[in-house]
This record gives sequence, structure tokens and C-alpha cells, in this order.
Amino acid sequence: MEDKLVVRGIEFSSRLWVGTGKYKDFEETARVIEASGADVVTVSVRRVNITDRKSENLLDYLDPKKYKILPNTAGCYNVEDALRYARLAREAGVSDMVKLEVIGDERTLFPDTIGLLRATEILAREGFIVFPYTNDDPIMAKRLEDAGAAAVMPLGAPIGSGLGIRNPYNIKIILEYAKVPVLVDAGVGTASDAAIAMELGCDAVLINTAIAGAKDPLAMAQAMKYAVIAGRLAFKAGRMGKKLYAAASSPFEGML
Amino acid sequence: MKIKLNGEDYETVIETVAQLLEELRIVPGRVAVELNLSILKKADYGTCPLHDGDAVEVVNFVGGG
Repeated sequence: MEDKLVVRGIEFSSRLWVGTGKYKDFEETARVIEASGADVVTVSVRRVNITDRKSENLLDYLDPKKYKILPNTAGCYNVEDALRYARLAREAGVSDMVKLEVIGDERTLFPDTIGLLRATEILAREGFIVFPYTNDDPIMAKRLEDAGAAAVMPLGAPIGSGLGIRNPYNIKIILEYAKVPVLVDAGVGTASDAAIAMELGCDAVLINTAIAGAKDPLAMAQAMKYAVIAGRLAFKAGRMGKKLYAAASSPFEGML
Repeated sequence: MKIKLNGEDYETVIETVAQLLEELRIVPGRVAVELNLSILKKADYGTCPLHDGDAVEVVNFVGGG
């Protein structure tokens, strides 16, 4: 029985989405992402380095025919910049997908949700498939969905913090209200965090630092792959209820 | 002519955006180009002329989360 993630008619073969930042070099990036089994990779949009002209490009190592490239608008602190980067990304790339970031604060990298909503409205109207990086506010998630977002991406914790899913209760409410897919993006620190996100019912998890920043990124990529699969299976299996008191697993009958 | 290329002064004698990318040894398929704050369609690189004082931004995808 298929349990594929589908967004706007696009089928995804993995519920683990990975970032391409913070790796040692392109070789490591490619090797680790291969091990993760991910089919979506995020990238940033930056000026070509004119003076230091390396002949290699990230996409020489991550085949756009094999991976779905999801450009982000990282580093954008206002609507105008985010729109500019998104439109450039669409022109440079091969799809209309964009991970929309409008950042409100340098220290926390929390989203400026007012700007995010505005940019989502505009880009959705222009035909972009918008994946907004948002906070864990269910009202904001609903607003983004109504504004035309293809999915919502609530953060688990600040980008690169590794603190895990800090507010699973709000994520659960977002999942209840949302008619579009919900992907946790940011804050996952280790495999159990990814599993927790999936057990809540999230449709996918986007992970970068937890893998790239692990002592052994290749091993962590594998761990995340299994964690996402395990979490999803557990969610679909329907967990047991929680009780305050014990309920014995072994029978009384036949006791001596 | 002198243009602004990715924020820096750049001197060149080429006439079109396509020629500029060729001079820089940049593969057009992997970048996006913005000319005076207007994003160019790839199909127009060959015909789009460059003039003295133009501001050109050439971007590509790099690693990011």
C-alpha cells in the first residue's frame, strides 16, 4: 500500500528532506545526501563568485534529474528581498517550488510572519509552489494555507539549534487544522527528534544541521532515514493509549 | 564599457549578456541573471544588449538549509 507524500500533484519518494549547507565539501554533500535517501534537497541562491572561478558547481554533484531542488530565500529579512530571491531561483532552476523564508531576527532566525504571509500571497499568485518556513502558531499556519501556500513548514526549534520539537502540542494542532501537508523544518537535532515529528503526524521533516553537524554525518544521514520511516510507520500503526497505571502484559492464569 | 557585476566594477568590450557569461566561463543553464533589477529570461541572453553603467547580477545555487 502506497503512502507517498504528494504536494500539488508532485510525488515525493522520501519524507526526509535535506539541506545542502554546512558540509565539508561537495563530495561529502553528495555522499551524505545519497545515504539519507532524500529526494528533495534545499539550496540557497547566491552570487556567482566572479573572482574565484571554481569550475565546479553544487549541481555537478547533486543531479537535478535525481533530486528535486528546492531553493530557499535564506538571508532575506524583508518581503522585497524574498520575492527577488524567489524569482531569481525560479529562473535559475527547474521548478516553481520555493522554500520561502522571511526572517525576523538574526539571533533566533525566527520568521517575520507578517512579511512571510505577504510574500506567500504574492508568490502564490505568481504560480510559485510555496513552502513557507513558519513558526508553531496554528493561526499563522492557517493564514499561510489560505494565502496559497502549498504546504506549511513549522519550525521545531531555531535553525541549527538542535533542540528538537519544542512545542509538539502546537504542531499537533497545526496538523489538525491544516488541509495542506505539514513539514517540520528546523531544529531537529538527532534521530529521535525526527521520529517524534513523524509520530505526531507530520508529512515530512527537513533537516540540515543535525546531519551536517554530526560527528559522522554519513551515519546520521542513515539514522535520520530510518527515523523518518519508523516515525511514519508508528504514526500509521496507531499507537497504544497512555495510562497512569500498569496493565500487565503477562497472564495471571496458570500462576503457581 | 564599465558595468557593475555582482557589486563590483567590471570592464568589458562584449555586447550581450550571453557574451558576458561566455567571457566569465559561466554555464547559462546553471545561473539566473538580473539586469538593472529586472530578471532576464534565459532565451533573451543572446539578444539582450549591455550598456555602460548597467548593473548585472549573476546568481547560482549553493549549499544551504
